[in-house]
Amino acid sequence: MNLSLKVWRQKNANSEGKFQQYDVQGISEDMSFLEMFDVLNERLINEGESPVAFDHDCREGICGMCSMYINGEPHGPNKGVTTCQLHMRSFKSGDTITVEPWRAKAFPIVKDLAVNRSAFDRIIAAGGYVSVNTGNAQDANSLPIPKDNADDAFMAAACIGCGACVAACKNASAMLFTSAKISQLALLPQGQAERTMRAEKMVAQMDVEGFGACTNTGACEAECPKGISLENIARMNREYYGAVLSSK
Amino acid sequence: MSTILDAKIPSGAIGEKWTKFKSSVPLVNPANKRNIEVIVVGTGLAGASAAASLAELGYKVKAFCFQDSPRRAHSIAAQGGINAAKNYQNDGDSTYRLFYDTIKGGDYRAREANVHRLAEVSGSIIDQCVAQGVPFAREYGGLLSNRSFGGTQVQRTFYAAGQTGQQLLLGAYSALQRQVGLGNVTMMTRHEMMDVVMIDGKARGIIARDLISGKLERHFGHAVLLCTGGYGNVFYLSTNAMGSNVTAAWKAHRKGAFFANPCYTQIHPTCIPVSGDHQSKLTLMSESLRNDGRIWVPKKQNDNRPAVQIPEDERDYYLERRYPAFGNLVPRDIASRAAKERCDAGYGVGTSKMAVYLDYAEAILRYGKGEANKKGIQNASDEELQAMGKAVVKEKYGNLFDMYKQITGEDPYSVPMRIYPAVHYTMGGLWVDYNLMTTVPGLYALGEANFSDHGANRLGASALMQGLADGYFVLPYTIGAYLAGDIRTKAIPTDAPEFVEAEKAVQARIDQLMNIKGTKSVDYFHKKLGKIMWNECGMSRSEAGLKGAITEIQGLIKEFWSDVRIPGDADEFNPELEKAGRVADFLELGELMCIDALNRNESCGGHFREEFQTEDGEALRDDENYAYVAAWEFKEQSKFELHKEELVYENIKIAQRSYK
Repeated sequence: MNLSLKVWRQKNANSEGKFQQYDVQGISEDMSFLEMFDVLNERLINEGESPVAFDHDCREGICGMCSMYINGEPHGPNKGVTTCQLHMRSFKSGDTITVEPWRAKAFPIVKDLAVNRSAFDRIIAAGGYVSVNTGNAQDANSLPIPKDNADDAFMAAACIGCGACVAACKNASAMLFTSAKISQLALLPQGQAERTMRAEKMVAQMDVEGFGACTNTGACEAECPKGISLENIARMNREYYGAVLSSK
Repeated sequence: MSTILDAKIPSGAIGEKWTKFKSSVPLVNPANKRNIEVIVVGTGLAGASAAASLAELGYKVKAFCFQDSPRRAHSIAAQGGINAAKNYQNDGDSTYRLFYDTIKGGDYRAREANVHRLAEVSGSIIDQCVAQGVPFAREYGGLLSNRSFGGTQVQRTFYAAGQTGQQLLLGAYSALQRQVGLGNVTMMTRHEMMDVVMIDGKARGIIARDLISGKLERHFGHAVLLCTGGYGNVFYLSTNAMGSNVTAAWKAHRKGAFFANPCYTQIHPTCIPVSGDHQSKLTLMSESLRNDGRIWVPKKQNDNRPAVQIPEDERDYYLERRYPAFGNLVPRDIASRAAKERCDAGYGVGTSKMAVYLDYAEAILRYGKGEANKKGIQNASDEELQAMGKAVVKEKYGNLFDMYKQITGEDPYSVPMRIYPAVHYTMGGLWVDYNLMTTVPGLYALGEANFSDHGANRLGASALMQGLADGYFVLPYTIGAYLAGDIRTKAIPTDAPEFVEAEKAVQARIDQLMNIKGTKSVDYFHKKLGKIMWNECGMSRSEAGLKGAITEIQGLIKEFWSDVRIPGDADEFNPELEKAGRVADFLELGELMCIDALNRNESCGGHFREEFQTEDGEALRDDENYAYVAAWEFKEQSKFELHKEELVYENIKIAQRSYK
């Protein structure tokens, strides 16, 4: 396959960026999208040019490191797929593909297509945990949990923290990410003790980081590679209002 | 002259060693803990759990990871599960059995005392994870569910669909972030450890590079923990993440930490086969799939018919045929070699003929019948059974099946998967004593980065267990033995000459790399090294092949240092420079792996020397001459000295390993 790429190039957080066009030839449909970028970068290095910086690590769709806003969609056109698992058979020869970084105030650009997502870590640090020091636990089976609750908690916990939800949202809201963690712990008995505090603190941190508000467009759910449901946002809102009303 | 290594194993019966150790190890009082700083490099299961647990105890912790968040460490990609001797299934499991299975699975090349301790703490890990809110799979009664893994005859594997590593890591990550929020851990993301700083013969800190600005930083610690994972990427193609590397461990090795059993690598039997030269990494299909899937090849050589057209009696279920007692659940080393044997003999499938089938047709039908019975449906049609069966398989393994489809474009619910072995894990690593301390005082290695628990072959679902055991339940105790003697040491200022010198050396190496300005990319060298390693130090090894590989690698090292091209500058975000530093270390490690494989004139676990096999092609151990840990000391480039730790088996009778 032969393709035309329009790639966002930006030297660092403080410089101006612009689109640069690259033509790539001889791409196999069995390549992943990132392997196609490997081919481009190998060529750029051999030509003495600067290769395109992008984030990636596990390349099996679970670490959440890869990003790329492809033809106007985070992680590209396929549903339930991260960029590293997007394969070139989803495109056809002659296509022009536009590739941008995640764009959000809370995700400053590091270089080219790589962004800084530390804001997510700080939201978790604000309350996305159960306060149980090592060694404090009781026997695991002393706490039976109905399978449905465990399954729902698992579905929420499947979030990989990639930030596609923020990139997809016109408000750059982090509601889906934050609500997934709040939901997971609200659905489990282990999360009950800190339930109120958790919702208040995580929502407050989300605002501090500069993420926008939710206007219920549902773009986050549509683009989430792990199928995290909007129901989580509804649950988070209930948790949050409950917390605020009962706040001491 | 080589020394006999002292593993500092406590005296007493195997079942009492750890208990006795815990109640006699020196303690550090809370006021002193506040003044003691610990550096943790790597934030996977071992690193995150250690950093969180040490911070909970009151130590001042600084944690480092090269990724943009600690949550991305490669532990996240572990799929199948985590072992624990809970005996929740009432199927006869016990601490002893887990201990026994692990020693036997490791082909009698692991250290008894460490493995027994691992089995003892395994249950507490599950308790801790559940308390954190890790959503393990459960039965309808609300209790935890288990499944089987290779090399065992009990069900002791806990899991969260095919995402167990992710859920365990997010549990440890949340514990870590809690301590970050409380101010007890300083988290440095996008930082790479460049060297260990030694003062008066002890590890006292590290030089790290801020990967965004390229600036070098000096960090002091009373002790340094390396939780930096394995070195499977020495093969270029592996199931490891792209960034997984040996650099931290190798720098420690060059500063005096012995490297143990580097040739013990695990080739995982069930991975998606290579599809072309563009391939950048390989993807694992969890071992849990061997619970239900059946592995086969056609009985006829070069059979080009599609799998579904090959009738039952023309299929060779070779694992079931050769190993009736364990069948498709033989350990990984055995399953991998058996697949290679069939493919080399011309029975392979797919376009490359380097693949075997992993077939779910029978399991789908079996589950379908089970569902029909549960629902009281009689005379269900084939389609109905298929549909119900597929739903069950989807719940158990759905994400794996989806991943297979995305990568290959084939639907594994209707055609069997094609699989082939790939490099997955490294049992070798930095040599550590019972306390997990390397041969450098104050320098520890945890998780996959050390060598101690898996011998020559790791059993499935045991890596997660070991990483979390080391971080949550072992190191927080054993480190007291060292730090209790260090309470009078004040934090050493980082303008001390040792820090200045170490930083200068790191800067000089970066300058050297940047100034080569050669003609070939870093990947060119990495791929070349990978090919040499896979061909000569992979699934089977020979004296001639290894000798040739050593010469080739030495040549490649010279070529690298005279002809590599790194674009851009050192003072910016420069992934090519990061890769160059890592590949330079992989080249040196590759040489040592071949030297180690050449030294070990026997076959054991993942190390298979063609010269040493039984008549029916099984690994032939030499317990008389090789029942030792080979720990290598770095002398100078390409020169290593062998030290031995004799392995003593007091509780398990060393025997020919059989799964027949």
